[in-house]
Amino acid sequence: MPSLANPTRFLSIVDRVVPWLAALTMLLLAYGLYLALFVAPPDYQQGETVKIMFIHVPAAWLAMFGYTLIAVASLGTLIWRHPLADVAAKTAVPIGATFTFIALVTGSLWGKPMWGTYWVWDARLTSVLVLFLLYLGLLALWQSIEEPGRAGRAAAILALVGFINVPIIHFSVTWWNTLHQPASVFRTGGPTIDPSLLVPLLVMALGFTLLFVLLHLIAMRAEILRRRVHALQQIAVERAATAQA
Amino acid sequence: MTPALALLRRDIRLAWREGGAIGTALGFYLVVVAITPLGVGPDLNLLSRIAPGVLWVALLLASLLSADRILHNDYEDGALDVLANGPLPLTLVVALKSLAHWITTGVPLALLAPILGLLLNLPIEAFPLLVLAMLAGTPAVSFLAAIGASLTLGLRRSGVLLALLVLPLYVPVLIFGVATVSAATTGPASPWPPLLMLCALSLASIVLAPIAAAAALRNAMR
Repeated sequence: MPSLANPTRFLSIVDRVVPWLAALTMLLLAYGLYLALFVAPPDYQQGETVKIMFIHVPAAWLAMFGYTLIAVASLGTLIWRHPLADVAAKTAVPIGATFTFIALVTGSLWGKPMWGTYWVWDARLTSVLVLFLLYLGLLALWQSIEEPGRAGRAAAILALVGFINVPIIHFSVTWWNTLHQPASVFRTGGPTIDPSLLVPLLVMALGFTLLFVLLHLIAMRAEILRRRVHALQQIAVERAATAQA
Repeated sequence: MTPALALLRRDIRLAWREGGAIGTALGFYLVVVAITPLGVGPDLNLLSRIAPGVLWVALLLASLLSADRILHNDYEDGALDVLANGPLPLTLVVALKSLAHWITTGVPLALLAPILGLLLNLPIEAFPLLVLAMLAGTPAVSFLAAIGASLTLGLRRSGVLLALLVLPLYVPVLIFGVATVSAATTGPASPWPPLLMLCALSLASIVLAPIAAAAALRNAMR
């Protein structure tokens, strides 16, 4: 980790990793989609609509993964003052918000044929909606404060306060026995999904995770370069001002 | 008189003498509750069923309206810098200011709620629990608002941003607050478990929120 603290070294590593990671992500997602759409059998009760699961579940996992990543990066900002932590936290916000949105939309589309309604105020759905609102709050806070250092620390505090929601999402289906089904993959006693559906799901989940990491690395690279351009512009302005004076 | 008591008395007196501060929140509370029956129709059965939710949502909005008062005026006139360099730790300063906000906003709003409950046809038997639940839950509202107030200190459009940041954090208070009052009006369910949850939420925010708010305040004043 210490070697990554140098943004220049980080950029050179990212430049080398991104093409390979992009190729691997595309291969995995293509293979996962092939397994999900053509190999996995339709569910005996849900029919073909079970295939929504292969998008919905990985997106929901990554929605929580993204917020956890932001919370860990926020600790990095506040405690260790790691120079890349706030870049990581800032760039993960829009990506995490997008995955949360995908999870909400696909869940809604899956809910209509299965539950008969697009939306219920179930504990799981409500807490994921709150997660989406927290992402929007972080986004708004980042955009309202111009100085990146101050924005980073303020967003870090807000992210840590909101992190209390992540365990609530995870346990919501256990604590409140409502419409959304309980956990069926990560549970004590092993998964309750048949391997014919579980294997494509795990391939898709791995592909989605790599996609998240890929997008995040690219966004971090763009953010570092954006800050450098901004710094260079300021130097240019100051030079022009001193030359005139 | 200790510095802590002096600060608390000063903040309460300022809110009181400013006149508009408490009155605006109460007036806003009244207006929101009064226009709801015009929106959903004057059916008394429906109104008495949705009354707990309407009262709680209006209370949250009314206290958010005055939330930037917790720190904003003292930030503008420099009193906050003096307080930050004074004998009290910044965490305690924020805690006392949130407490003053609760006394000048949460308590009056909670006491006004039964009168507005009459407008919404809330059964009279539920009134003691309504006030009790609001007194138990509003400390969490004020202390969480302090986090939002310190995060948005000195920003443009800070009021709207504050609402966007803090309202998601109010969801548990809203859920257990409405559950307490609804249990008193309709259900066989006991109102005590959600009421105890409200107390727990308030106690946790009284302890934890000032820490986060003070950290955000140090960042904003740097």
